[in-house]
Amino acid sequence: MEKVISIEQALEKVKDGMTIMVGGFLGVGNPLTLVDALVKKGVRDLTLIANDTARPELGIGKLVVNKQLKKAMVSHIGTNPETGRQMIAGELNVDLIPQGTLAERIRCGGAGLGGFLTPTGVGTIVEEGKQRLVLNGKSYLLELPLRAEVALLSAHKADKFGNLVFRRSTRNFNPVMAFAADVVIVEAKQIVEIGEIDPDEVMVTGVVVDWIVQGKGGKA
Amino acid sequence: MDSKEIIARRIAAELKNGDVVNLGIGLPTMVGNYLPKGVTIYLQSENGFIGLAPVKEVDPDLVNAGGQPVGIIPGGSIFDSCTSFMLIRGGHVDATVLGGLQVDGHGNLANWMVPGKMIPGMGGAMDLVSGAKKVIIGMEHTSKDGESKILVSCDLPLTGKGVVNMIVTELAVMRVIPEGLVLDETAPGVTAADVIAKTKAKLIVNPNLTTMKGLAN
Repeated sequence: MEKVISIEQALEKVKDGMTIMVGGFLGVGNPLTLVDALVKKGVRDLTLIANDTARPELGIGKLVVNKQLKKAMVSHIGTNPETGRQMIAGELNVDLIPQGTLAERIRCGGAGLGGFLTPTGVGTIVEEGKQRLVLNGKSYLLELPLRAEVALLSAHKADKFGNLVFRRSTRNFNPVMAFAADVVIVEAKQIVEIGEIDPDEVMVTGVVVDWIVQGKGGKA
Repeated sequence: MDSKEIIARRIAAELKNGDVVNLGIGLPTMVGNYLPKGVTIYLQSENGFIGLAPVKEVDPDLVNAGGQPVGIIPGGSIFDSCTSFMLIRGGHVDATVLGGLQVDGHGNLANWMVPGKMIPGMGGAMDLVSGAKKVIIGMEHTSKDGESKILVSCDLPLTGKGVVNMIVTELAVMRVIPEGLVLDETAPGVTAADVIAKTKAKLIVNPNLTTMKGLAN
């Protein structure tokens, strides 16, 4: 099955009101070509699951500035003052989640698990509304899985089957999100033929990747 | 030597050869500049690698957890966010050094938000304080208004409850034990009485109180 599609075809899969996961950490590893196209298209009322909201002029930070989000589930908003402004003004619902908990909730969502127990956040406001369990004398919070309708990811290299290789710290949330969405779209800087990536070098198996688009590469 | 250098030097002296260490943004990052001779540590970065090093040539694909370009040592390794927090929560990080807005006599830490003013988010801090083997807080002893940042009880939202092991300020080194805070060391020229006067939490003065270590190397 042909997985390589155009940016326009990829964007047809993202509709108003959807929950999307976007890989990246402060913009590094954001699928910049896809996000820029999403900003241009103006898809609205999105729920964003990502590590952070980057910076106002970079990557998914632009989705905040362009008011395309109704909710953000992230661990950090400090580098994008517009997120904080919209949150305080009541324009954007922001759910702040400890970074390790966010990563593991996404992992559970992609791994068929019903949740997990973590000591992170015990005794803090993160505990509010959650079940606390004490096992062998240690307290844990029950955290539930996260999934999205679409994941927008970036990879350094993809073969036409969707096997992925990441480079340096752009990897971050991209591999785990590839398992946790109904539709997974990967923007790759390089698209190569099947067989050109040694199986031992594959970091995410192509069976979880639905669509591949050619990225521009570099910072947008 | 200014306050920040005193704090960074003292914390550097606390780290052991071979330790895996996560340094927070800001003052904690300075700790790496003052490691004693013969001590090599491995810096972990929440965004997914071990072996963080000073930047030689900017690579847009390699940044620290603050988004700033960094380098990576030979023998370094890259991984995804889940693995990064397996290392953090799983007790594979020997020490984390973080800044603090408030710390209290129960070892509680508040450093991630000031309601109505500053809400950057907790990032990886809550996981770090719950999982690192040793949690060291490096911060100035008092706020800009001269108020003690070491309280009987934190009034800002907590990052972690009962998680702090050690507090290093420009005046003193304190250790958290179940009974409260032990004053172990004071900076040169600073007395225990000086520290007590600037600290709201009750301090138990170590009978073997010494001058702050690590400032001479």
